[in-house]
Amino acid sequence: MQEEKKVIVPGPAGYNPQPAAFLGVDLPPPGRALLYGEEVDEEVAMREAAKAMLTRKNPTIFPGPLVLWGWNAAAMEKAKAVLELAMEIPNCRIIPMPDYRPKYPKIDPEAEINPNHPNLTILHNKIEACIFVGVHCHYANLSLRMIRAGTNCFTIALCAEMGHEDAMVSLRDQHAEEIRKFKDVLVQVREELSIKWEPKLPPENPSLPKEDWTKVTPFDFGEYAALLMPRKGEVVEESE
Amino acid sequence: MGLEYVKISPGFEKYMPRDYVDLVEFGQFGKEIDVMQMGQFKELVEEHPMCAGCYMAYFIRVFYTALPKPEDTIVLGTAGCARLALSQAAVPFIYGNYGDTNAVASGLKRALSIRFPDKEKDVVVIAGDGGLMDIGFGMTMHSWFRREKFTTIMVDNEVYGNTGGQESGMSPKGIQLKMAPTGKKFDKINAVELAQTAGCVYVARISPTNPKRIAKVIRRAILAARKFGPTFIHAYTSCNIEYSIPTREVLADARQREKKDFKFYEWMTDEVKEYLNEIEKKAKEVKS
Repeated sequence: MQEEKKVIVPGPAGYNPQPAAFLGVDLPPPGRALLYGEEVDEEVAMREAAKAMLTRKNPTIFPGPLVLWGWNAAAMEKAKAVLELAMEIPNCRIIPMPDYRPKYPKIDPEAEINPNHPNLTILHNKIEACIFVGVHCHYANLSLRMIRAGTNCFTIALCAEMGHEDAMVSLRDQHAEEIRKFKDVLVQVREELSIKWEPKLPPENPSLPKEDWTKVTPFDFGEYAALLMPRKGEVVEESE
Repeated sequence: MGLEYVKISPGFEKYMPRDYVDLVEFGQFGKEIDVMQMGQFKELVEEHPMCAGCYMAYFIRVFYTALPKPEDTIVLGTAGCARLALSQAAVPFIYGNYGDTNAVASGLKRALSIRFPDKEKDVVVIAGDGGLMDIGFGMTMHSWFRREKFTTIMVDNEVYGNTGGQESGMSPKGIQLKMAPTGKKFDKINAVELAQTAGCVYVARISPTNPKRIAKVIRRAILAARKFGPTFIHAYTSCNIEYSIPTREVLADARQREKKDFKFYEWMTDEVKEYLNEIEKKAKEVKS
C-alpha cells in the first residue's frame, strides 16, 4: 500500500487526534476489512495484522469482557479460539480488560488494561502491537483512539460487529471460526517469514500473590475494624 | 446481568487479575452474606479515591455488602462524591446527568421488568443531597408520585462537597460554609416526610453507626421496592473536609447526630410490614 494512502497509522498522533471517521474512514461492508483506514480484502488485512504481531515488539492480546466471562457457549468458544491464536504468536502476552470501571488511585499495568487509560499499560509494557477482542464497541473506540494518540502501538481490532475506524487493522464479524481463520493466516505468514515457534500458552497473569480469604478476620482491617465490630456493651438488635 | 456474567471463560482463569478471580471465588455473588462477615470475603468495592475519613465511603462499602442480589442489581448515581466509589464497584453503574437519576432509574426499571419478566432486577439510586433534594428534586418527587418500583438512597453530607462547599437544601439552618459565609437562612428540608407524602412505601432515616442496622434497612428498602413501590433511605454521611471533622472523630460525630436530628426512623405501609415480616421470619427459620 502506498504511504500516502495510509490514513490511520501507529502514533503518537498527539493529544486529542481527529477521529478516523472525521478523516473520511468508513466502516467496510461484510467480507471486507480496514487496513490503515482503507477498505481492503479481508485476507490482505489479516496478513498485515499477522505481520505486525510477528515482527513488532511485545505483541499482546487484550481480551475484553465478552470473551473473558463465560456468559454463553459462543463466548466460551471464542475464548478458546483466542487462546489458540495466542499460542501461535511468538512471545505473546495476554493482558485482560475484565470490565470498564475506572481504576483509581492506581492500576497494575502488568496485570490489566483499562479502557479509560489504556496508554498506561501499553507504555509500561512497551507494547508495539496489540489485538483488541471481545471489547464492547464504545469502549474499544475510546481506547483505540487514545492508543493512537499517545503510543506507537499497532492496533488490530477483531470486532464481532462492524469494526473500528481507529484501528490500523479492523476485521469485522469476528467470531470463533473467523478467529481460527486469522490464526491459520498468521501461521502461514510466520512460516513465510521463517520464524520458528513451538505453540505454547502465554505466561500467566502476574498480579498480586494469592490471598487466603478464609483466614482474614476483621482485625486485619486495623483501625477500621472499629467500624465493623459492635461497641462494648452495645446490643445489636435484629430490628429497631 | 446475572450469575453467568461472573463466571470466567474456561482457560482464562490464569490470565485474569487476582482481584477478579477472588471476586468469583470469594465474592458475594450468588451467596447470602451477613454484614458482620465483612473482612472475610472479597468485597464489591475496595479501592476508591474518596477523602480519608469520608463517612460516605464507609456507608457505600456497607451498602454493597447489604445488596440482596448484587449480580442482578444496577446502581445509578450522579455528579457528587458518591459516584467516585460507586463507579469503581463490581456492580453495573450508570452515571445520570445531574438531577435526572430518578428519571433514568424509572425507565431502566421498567425496561428490566419487560426484558426479564420472570426475574427480580433491582435498581438503586444513590445520590447526594444536591442530586436528589436540590437539582434533582423534581425528578425524584415525580418518580415517587408515579410509584416507580426502585430504591432511592440519599447520602446526605449537607453540602456541595465536590465544588468547594456551597450550601444545599439539606444543610442545617444557620450553618456557615466556605462558599456560604453568611450562613444558611432556612431549615433543612424534611426529606423523610416528603417521601412519605409523595408515595414511598418504605422510608428510613439513619445515621450509619451500626453496620447491621444499615444493612437491614437497605435490604428492606430493596425488597419492598421490588414488590410494592418506591422506597427511600435518608442517610447521614458527613463531609469531614467541608465540616472540618477530624478523621478520628467522624464516627463520634455520626453518633452525636444520631442522638439529635438523625434519630433512627423507619416507616412502612402495612402491606410492606406484613411482607417483610414474612420474609424475615422465613430467613430466621432457615438460619436456626
